[in-house]
Amino acid sequence: MKFPMTIAAIALAALMPAPEAAALQEAGDPLASARWVDMQRTVLGGAPMLFDPRVKVIAPATAENPLQVPVTVDASGLGKVVEVIVFADFNPIIEVLRFYPEAVPAYLGFRVKLQQSTPVRAAARTADGLWHVGGTWVNTVGGGCSAPTAGSASKDWQRRLNQVSGRQWSEGELAGRLRLRIEHPMDTGLVAGIPAFHLEEIEFRDAAGQRLMRLQTAEPVSENPVFTLQRGAVDGPVEARGRDNNGNTFSARIAP
Amino acid sequence: MNCIQLTQARRAAADREVRQRLSASLSRHLEVSLGRLLMLLAAVVPGVAAAEFDYALRAQRVADGVYAFIGKTEDFTPANGGNIVNTGFIVAPGGVIVIDSGPSRRYGEQMRRAIAAVSERPPVLVINTHHHPDHFLGNQAFGDVPLAALPATIEGIAGEGNAFAENLFRLTGDWMKGTEVRVPQRPLAAGRTEVAGRRLRLLALDGHTGADLAIYDEASGVLFAGDLAFFQRAPTTPHADIGRWLAALDQLAAITREPGFHALVPGHGPLARDAAPLLQTRAWLTWLQGALRRAAAAGLDMNEALARPLPAEFAELPVAASEYRRSVGHLFPAVEQEVLGGGH
Repeated sequence: MKFPMTIAAIALAALMPAPEAAALQEAGDPLASARWVDMQRTVLGGAPMLFDPRVKVIAPATAENPLQVPVTVDASGLGKVVEVIVFADFNPIIEVLRFYPEAVPAYLGFRVKLQQSTPVRAAARTADGLWHVGGTWVNTVGGGCSAPTAGSASKDWQRRLNQVSGRQWSEGELAGRLRLRIEHPMDTGLVAGIPAFHLEEIEFRDAAGQRLMRLQTAEPVSENPVFTLQRGAVDGPVEARGRDNNGNTFSARIAP
Repeated sequence: MNCIQLTQARRAAADREVRQRLSASLSRHLEVSLGRLLMLLAAVVPGVAAAEFDYALRAQRVADGVYAFIGKTEDFTPANGGNIVNTGFIVAPGGVIVIDSGPSRRYGEQMRRAIAAVSERPPVLVINTHHHPDHFLGNQAFGDVPLAALPATIEGIAGEGNAFAENLFRLTGDWMKGTEVRVPQRPLAAGRTEVAGRRLRLLALDGHTGADLAIYDEASGVLFAGDLAFFQRAPTTPHADIGRWLAALDQLAAITREPGFHALVPGHGPLARDAAPLLQTRAWLTWLQGALRRAAAAGLDMNEALARPLPAEFAELPVAASEYRRSVGHLFPAVEQEVLGGGH
């Protein structure tokens, strides 16, 4: 069934502050990327979408280190979000990661490898099936995807593979923040002789066993990934577990 | 704070893979043909209107027989052609000792002419203080002169020199035309040595990079501090180890307290007659390390650390904002790892 785009846009706009409503767009990429039409087809499968300023993608306009470009996606302004896809139009591997914020706000911080200057975008799907797209341009020297990882030059990386560290902050401005770091080379497979080797699945559960968020990570996520989640007011330990594409697994309990 | 459980598998496969990775990374370095890259780049980098690519180098006298070329306290731009660095030379009885050769072939050639305007003696040795491109890419102009550096600097120039040169071409454009990496062949060791009849004290330090050479000319009391000292310009940190750097500053500070000390030539920024560049570099590094640690301890991610304002103390320091941004990019992941608890 074809989604009635215009009606969806009008209905949404009626619920939003005027400046944001004015920025809603069904067509005409605000980032003016030559790749947008392809992105819409390949990443979103042609599903109904809107450019929506409530999907915030924060990244430096100029990234010093193309191997570690910080990206923060905040789609919490949309309310309940089912799925978020993060992708970079001009990266050789377009899709960076997907996350499913089941019982936490649609907020995730992480770092990516970029091969050249590109839009970095997030598409957030709400329960009505509509994709809300936001993004920003990142300029960079590039080469991040085809440079050997530090792990590949280190003699003892396999000893540390999948070692996990993490911490929660329960006080102050950032109360409810959770950060998780995993030792992993996250090899893209684009360096000659080094096959793709990366984390694929990560999930976070609270003490009661309820899943907070599920993550599907792809090659462009930076080496030794660090993820930042925002739990809101909820307290208690969090269990993180994950798996890479070679079947290596990790699990860690992050105390509050 | 965190209790970690770890499951691991496939160690044998991992071992095999690490060997493949090392050899792949090695062959990748060997395959790069810099000449071809530069030609390709030349076609896409817009031309620069700078008058005949003239760096307008004028030797500034530091002491008897000791001179420096003082660059701008700016970032690399097509307007300055990379002349943001200090180089220098010592007129010794047996010839001229050249300290660093600048960011390009053109710079090296113009530097050599400017040296010849001061002394008729020929250059007898070129010393590269460390492996950053603005300090060695003028080596080509001294093709008939031995090139010397610390062993780790030689290794760094051989391994990363081409990539650095490519990046400088991107940042400064045609000033770089014809520039190729010349790797020093003569390894230097720490200690007192006589070069062309001049007594030099070589200090093999590190912290700005993995190998930073400082040169103390005992006759004149002039200390060439290399990039261990930045003055009136924020320090750069792409290969920095701040703890080691602070230790190196202690050693340099001790020299400035010796009775014969006369002047300090920092790697970037104006000459000084005292330890001011060392104090300023120390103040910046100490603040930077503390700021990154505080940000990570507070739970900030890299984007939030980038957004932190500079303290008033450094608000007027040239390129402070851009160097802070770069430093976050280079140093924050390791600082963050300390705070999150390095994995155990």
